[in-house]
Amino acid sequence: MATVAFTRHLERFLQAPPAEVEGATVGEALAAVFASRPMLRGYVLDDQGGLRRHVACYVNGQPVRDRARLSDPVAAADRIYVFQALTGG
Amino acid sequence: MTDRVYVGTRKGLFEIARQKNGAWEIADVHFLGEPVSALLPDGDALYAALDLGHFGSHLWRRDGKAWRELAVPAFPPKPDDAADDPHPWSLGKIWTLEPGFVPGRLWAGTMPGGLFRSDDGGESWKLVDALWTMPERRQWMGVAGGEQPGISAVLVDPRNPDEIRIGVSTAGVWASHDGGKSWRLMNRGGMYNEYMPPERREDPITMDIHRLARCAAHPEIVWCQHHNGVFRSEDSGISWREITAIKPSKFGFTVAAHPRDPNTAWFVPAIKDEKRVAVDGKVVVARTRDGGKSFEVLHKGLPQRHAYDLVLRHALAVDDSGDRLAFGSTSGGLWISEDGGESWRAPEGRLPPVNAVRFG
Repeated sequence: MATVAFTRHLERFLQAPPAEVEGATVGEALAAVFASRPMLRGYVLDDQGGLRRHVACYVNGQPVRDRARLSDPVAAADRIYVFQALTGG
Repeated sequence: MTDRVYVGTRKGLFEIARQKNGAWEIADVHFLGEPVSALLPDGDALYAALDLGHFGSHLWRRDGKAWRELAVPAFPPKPDDAADDPHPWSLGKIWTLEPGFVPGRLWAGTMPGGLFRSDDGGESWKLVDALWTMPERRQWMGVAGGEQPGISAVLVDPRNPDEIRIGVSTAGVWASHDGGKSWRLMNRGGMYNEYMPPERREDPITMDIHRLARCAAHPEIVWCQHHNGVFRSEDSGISWREITAIKPSKFGFTVAAHPRDPNTAWFVPAIKDEKRVAVDGKVVVARTRDGGKSFEVLHKGLPQRHAYDLVLRHALAVDDSGDRLAFGSTSGGLWISEDGGESWRAPEGRLPPVNAVRFG
């Protein structure tokens, strides 16, 4: 089981607690979270299923390479962290 | 008369209420800190579109006192044969929300140029395929300040909800006579674009429609604040006549049409293109009451020294009476009139930059 955690900034809009999920890729792991929290998907992914431009996703402290199809592999006990890239204003 | 004004800003939705003593005061603040790109009071409901910098666009509705997030308009998977589409198949932001004059129906005009329809009060949305998939849509151009085209106005004929006009920055005026099943480019003549190459100067699809407004009682009368000036149509947007009497300048973003008088409309002019601030540092409203033959420049109660406020497309509103107006600026100014624009008052406070203003 991989762990998926989300930035606490999302709590302004909806609940996004850490989740333990099955999944062979980042995309599968996120999809498992969104299956139980469908409104969360739109905050993280764009309409085509890629990571939003200003959303960052790391696995074990390293940024994912495939931001469009989320095909980076995930192993059991991996830690996936979704947070916002910093912008000004 | 409407005693409440909603103001969508870069950092929240502000609710302005008229007090018993006649003063307008900020009565409530919602989504403080979040950018509000569009809003719509509709009956007892209030819709707010948030354009979150990191986390995309989202739509919320308030019924009574409780806010709830709704589904947001979303584009379908991009097909292989659309690989060369210059515009993204992903919602940029909701730019305008309009009632459909059918119970439950709403229209959402967006960047990158998708029009969406809801028939259940915003619970679900469907992309208007006929508009999005037509080949001409790929000729639409982006808006200044963004790379994506945007639907800046959706006008629904109150007498026939299948009669729809949309204004696009930058792609002219489009019409549907069948509730969105088919579309055609409308502005056949009268408009021009000074900045285009000479051979494309009058091409209808190059027109930058900053904002459209129609007279509710005479929907065939449509006013346009175009990038290049002010135009008026008396045939629902097929042909246009330039209004050259506008002053102090012909550039601006917004227009409001009187709900009953087809000859009255309001504009908030600015210095064009390169500067985009109030002319001579004075905030003024230009009003015509004779169909555009002449204009009065209204300024009583508005700042007249070193004011550099710009008023965007959706930031001027008139209420159902035609007497009350409100507008907000990118400097956070907000002014309300109860006498058709003759005089203005500002509620106490300093707001974030204003995107949208509506009575409700």
